[in-house]
Formats: sequence, C-alpha cells, structure tokens
Amino acid sequence: MATQLIDQFAKNLAADTQAAVYDGSKKGHEKRTKLLFDTYADPNRLRELAGEIKQHVIENLDTFLPAVEAKLQSNGVKVHWASSAEDACAAVLGIMQARGDKKIVKSKTMVSEEIELEHYLDKHGIETLETDLGEFIVQIDHDHPSHIVKPIIHKNRREIAKSFEREGLGAYNDDPETITRRARQFLRHKYLAADVALTGANFVSVESGRMVIVTNEGNSRFCLAGTKCHIALIGIEKLVPHDRDLGLLLNLLGRSATAQQLTVYTEFISGPKSAGQPDGPEEMHVVFVDNGRTDVLASECKEILRCIRCGACLNVCPVYRQASGHAYRSVYPGPVGAVLSPLLAGKKFPELADLPKASSLCGACNEVCPVNIPIPDLLLRLREKGKREGAKLAAAGTPPMGAWSLLASQPAAWKTALFGGKIINYLPTKWLPIPPLRAWEAKRTLPEWKGGEFRSWFRNRKVGAVAPNRPDRKPESKEGR
Amino acid sequence: MNLAHRQLPGADKRVQLMATCLCDAFYADVARATVEVLEHLGCQVEFPEGQTCCGQPAFNGGDWPASRRVVRHTVKTFAGDLPVIVPSGSCAAMMFHGALLEFEKEPDLPEVQQLAHRTWELADFIVNALGVKTWPGKFDATIALHRACHTRGTKTCDSAVALLTSIPGIKLVTVGEVEQCCGFGGTFSVSFPNVSASMGELKLEHIRAAKPDLLVSPDMSCMMHLGGLAEKEGHPIKIQHVAQVLRDALKNAGLL
Ligand code: SF4
Repeated sequence: MATQLIDQFAKNLAADTQAAVYDGSKKGHEKRTKLLFDTYADPNRLRELAGEIKQHVIENLDTFLPAVEAKLQSNGVKVHWASSAEDACAAVLGIMQARGDKKIVKSKTMVSEEIELEHYLDKHGIETLETDLGEFIVQIDHDHPSHIVKPIIHKNRREIAKSFEREGLGAYNDDPETITRRARQFLRHKYLAADVALTGANFVSVESGRMVIVTNEGNSRFCLAGTKCHIALIGIEKLVPHDRDLGLLLNLLGRSATAQQLTVYTEFISGPKSAGQPDGPEEMHVVFVDNGRTDVLASECKEILRCIRCGACLNVCPVYRQASGHAYRSVYPGPVGAVLSPLLAGKKFPELADLPKASSLCGACNEVCPVNIPIPDLLLRLREKGKREGAKLAAAGTPPMGAWSLLASQPAAWKTALFGGKIINYLPTKWLPIPPLRAWEAKRTLPEWKGGEFRSWFRNRKVGAVAPNRPDRKPESKEGR
Repeated sequence: MNLAHRQLPGADKRVQLMATCLCDAFYADVARATVEVLEHLGCQVEFPEGQTCCGQPAFNGGDWPASRRVVRHTVKTFAGDLPVIVPSGSCAAMMFHGALLEFEKEPDLPEVQQLAHRTWELADFIVNALGVKTWPGKFDATIALHRACHTRGTKTCDSAVALLTSIPGIKLVTVGEVEQCCGFGGTFSVSFPNVSASMGELKLEHIRAAKPDLLVSPDMSCMMHLGGLAEKEGHPIKIQHVAQVLRDALKNAGLL
C-alpha cells in the first residue's frame, strides 16, 4: 500500500540532518516549556487570552484594516495593498524603481519567502541580501528555510563552516562565534551600501499604527539605520487592536519562539525619521499582503490566521522532528504549515493536500500554541476537504471507509464479523481502526483475536458472582439478553 | 465541548458501557474489567448489543459521510439519558469532541450533542462523576502511565494518577517526554509507517528507561501499537489498561 510522501521523505532523510532537526526542535520545546511554566502560574490561561485577542482581530479585519491604514498614513507611512504574490512583488519593485534604488538589505520575513520576492527582484536587476544569520546561510547555500524561526535548524555547524569557506569568508572554522563574527563583518559594509531596508513585522497596532519587529541579532536595526527607505511586507492578519495587547503577545512570542522572556531586539516603529531624528529611513512603506488570506478567512480554518509564527508547534511536533521542514514542500512547515500551506495554495490545494495527513492528531501543537489554535481540528477539516475533492495525495495509505461504515452501522453484520474473526484468514481487519494487516505487521505484531469473547462473558455471567454488593439485582435478570 | 457539565448518574447508578471495537475484537478482558470495576462501585452496567465502533477511523481519514453514518448508528444504539462509560480516552473524545465537529452543519447535531453530554472516559467518570478519589486493594508493581494523547485537555490522566497512586503497593514512575505521542494515530500508523515506528521507538526508550514492571494506559489503541512494536523487536513489555489494574487490586485484596 502506498505510504505518504512526507513519510518517504523522513525515511530518506540523511541521518545527520534528521539528528540536527530532532535535537534542535526538542531542545527548543523543552526550554520554552520550562521558561513558560517557571514564569507563569497558568500559562494556558494566557494562551487562551492571546487566542481571543487574535481571533477578535481576524473576525474584524474589515474594520481594522482601514483603521490601521489611516493611522499609518497619519504617521507618514505609505500604505500599499497587494492581493496576490505578484502584486506584492510588483509593489516592492515599483517603490524601488520610483526611487531608482538597486540594493536591498533584508531582515527576516516569511512573507517574502511566500511571495518568492528575491527571485522576482533578481530578475529585475535588484540585489537582495539577507542579514539574519540563518537566512544569510540559506541564501549563500541556495537552500530553503526549514523552520519558521530557525531557518537552518537542519544544518550543523560543520556544513556552515564549509559554506563560509567556499564563499571566501575565511578559512574553515566551525566555531559558532567565529561564524557569527565573520558574517557580521561581511554584512556591516553591506548595510551602508544598501538603498532599501526590507522587513516584515510581527505585529501592527491598529490603535497607534506602531509596527513591531523582533530579532535576536539586531540586524533589522542595522538595516533601518543604514538606509533611506524602509519597506515592510506584512500579512493582513498581523494586527493587534491596541498597544497594550503587545504586553501579552510579546511575552508569549519570546517564550514560545526562542525561550526568551523578551526577544533581544524589540523595535517599535512609528513612522519615518522625523525632523529632529539623527538617522532612520526618510521614506516608509507598508505593503499589506493578502495572497490567499481572505480565502482562509472565508474557509472553515480561519483560526490559523491567529498564528504569530513562533514555531513552537514545529518544535513539539513528533512528525516534524522526524521528517524536517523540507518534507512539507512549502514555506510554512510543521503543524502550522500543514494547515496554512494547502489553504494558501488556493487552486493548487491538491498538490499539498497530503500535508494535513502528516499528523497522528496527538494535539501537542494545540497544547503549546501561544494563540491556542485548534490545529488538530483544522487538520481534520482539511482532510475532509481533501477527501471530498478527491485529492490523490491525501488518499495514499488511507483505506476506503465505505464498506467499513456500512458494516459498522449494521449490528448483525458487525457481530458476525466479530465472532468470525477467529479464523485468521477471514480476519475482518477492514472494520478495525487499523488498516490492512500486512502494513501493520511490517512493524508490529497484532494481539490475539478475541472477537466476541467479552460479549459472551457479559451475556452468560452470573451477576451476583461478580457484584456481591448488588443485592438489588438478581442473576436471572440477565436471562433473555 | 465543556466537559465540566456532563450528565451525572442517577441514584440507581445505571450506566451504559461503550466497550469500543478494540476491546470487542482484541482486549476482551479490558471491557470485562471495566464492568467489574463499575459494578464494584455499585453501578448497574448495561451493554447495548448493537454497538459497533465510535466512527473515528473514517473521521480521521477525512471520510466524514462514512463516519457520520457510524455515529448516527451509535447515537441510536445509546439512546436514553444514562451516562455512557468508555474505557478509552480516544473513543470518548470522538463522542464528545470529534463527532460534534463533523455534525456542525447537520440537522441532527442536537442528538449527537446529547450523547456527547453523556459520554465519560472511565477514570474521569470514577473520580469526577462518582466522586471516588482513592482506590482500595493491593497491587505490587512499579507502573509507568502512558498519557494517551486524546486525553489532553480532559481529566482522565489526573484521575488515573490519583486512583493508581492511592493503591497500596503501586509505585508510579515518571516517563520522559510525556507530551510526545506514541505514534499510533489510527491509519497514520500505516500511511506513515516510518515516522510512526520511530515515534514508537522513542516512546519505548523512555518507558524502558523508567524501568517499570508494567505499562498502564487509559487507552488500548496506543498499547496495541507500542506492545506490537516491542514484541516485534523481541522485547515484549507488559501492558494493562487502568481498569485491569483497578480490578486486579480489588482481587488481590479479596475485595472482588
Ligand atoms: S500555529 Fe501557534 S504554535 Fe504554531 S507557529 Fe503559529 S502561533 Fe506558533
């Protein structure tokens, strides 16, 4: 029987890659959990509250988006709306061309990956340089991020040292501090030579129009300090109603993403450089990106838009740990990606319809999610969609359930199958929650068949014999059952 | 569903047993132990003969029309207003959570809700419906409790821990990475054979490191997978359901 693509990917994954992903995500989860429970008596209540805030945002985007646009504009920020990836790329290019700019320094933004911005700009003669260390390594290796917070979780430092050597960034040295220092030295000059800083944003406050960007390397600050123009690519779901909501969300984000009480650099950006400010971009643009998000909003899985991209669900997910992020064939891997990626794919849903199957539905993702997204429920809804739409990739390895459901709704036939199962050749495995026998037995033994044994015992037993404390019930009351 | 407001048993403590298809087919003694434990507590246990399965395989597989057919049958089979007791965290959750999801837009949602409202996992029922917080008897063993994933967000594990640790002779050991799934996941176990087996191996490692005499679970589906893996490797582990431990504790002390 066919197995799922992600399982095949996991099987063929190089052992050291698998080990890197496994160790990185496991440690990430353990540190996160310790810090969260050390600080707060009831982190779950906070997760629920944060979930309610973000749910409120996505339910009211129709009023929040115009409101934040007005606020941003009054702060001196130019606002652009991009309904598709192409629109978003074109908006960035348009801003660059109008200014005659050629060089971008970029801090981490998943949206830029999603819209494949670098590739697009490259075709139009614009150079983009990643300044987040992980993303920089991804860029020089022509690789893809495999984690939304730790893009190179799949690499070990020996590989990174080799890449640096190849790129002329010094002789082989796999000491992490040396690697970081070399990258910084290389990047310092680039900040000064660049025209535009491109960033994402973790949150935008509707109340004040403040954008919040968190990083651990301070690279977004360097980007903004050295350039004259700032372009922020922001998914339309990134809003929070009030500045005060940031207290809760930033506390949860730092802890959930990187097990920090607060991410090292938390920037609040209220607009371009004012007259009295010594530096900072003179021009500021926000490109709000839809690219399928309003379709998600209209779907039965809109809760996924609460996501604050912390990566905690990836770290805890046993499937992600075994398979790595690249197994998900999309920008967003792990549990969040298994929901979001097929939805954002729009018409191409069938190409990613297997992602929601990559889960034992264990619920660990929901348990850690700082905005309490019911990820397993959303995975189930997408499985139903995949089945309803006949998506082939989703079907691999799932036995047909029609015959089983007929049997399981006809008690007489069910009982016959149950009692008849003792003859091993006729084992009615189809009606069990385990699919075909051989696939099961490749890895495990089956317990001894006891079909009907309990029913016979229950019918024939003398009640008094097993319930001496039950004088109200006579053994003969069982007769005729 | 808010699990805090479920149907409590009446003065006559009549309940219905949903044995689950796994116990029906493989784990007859678990169903039997469930009956013996409930009757020891003074419950009158009824077993609706027409019962089959909770509908979870098709639900998880995405075939909701097929699953709803089975759930409708289950709703009919368990008609009435008695609490329904399930010796499986997963099948119980199917009734009070999964079924509600797939019936969201169905006209007969209220009937499914009515059953959801009456459904209890066994340990949760003993502690939180019957108010029994300690267990008598004797059971000499070092036990590792497997926290079956579908009991997340319910009181099942806390209840099982309370009952087990109160039994004279039982020592409960902690197992590493309790939040990690054993890798069963229904059809997941064969459509993701490699990931599923790797998850199972990790779980077995943690369990073995804790050196229990016995692995105990509120759900046999995880046990079928873990037990099957361990046996295939040639190092079988001893497995029991919570109900069997409770029943045997009574027996060991001559209380049953
Ligand atoms: S779904 Fe939740 S846990 Fe996963 S990345 Fe988003 S916010 Fe974090």
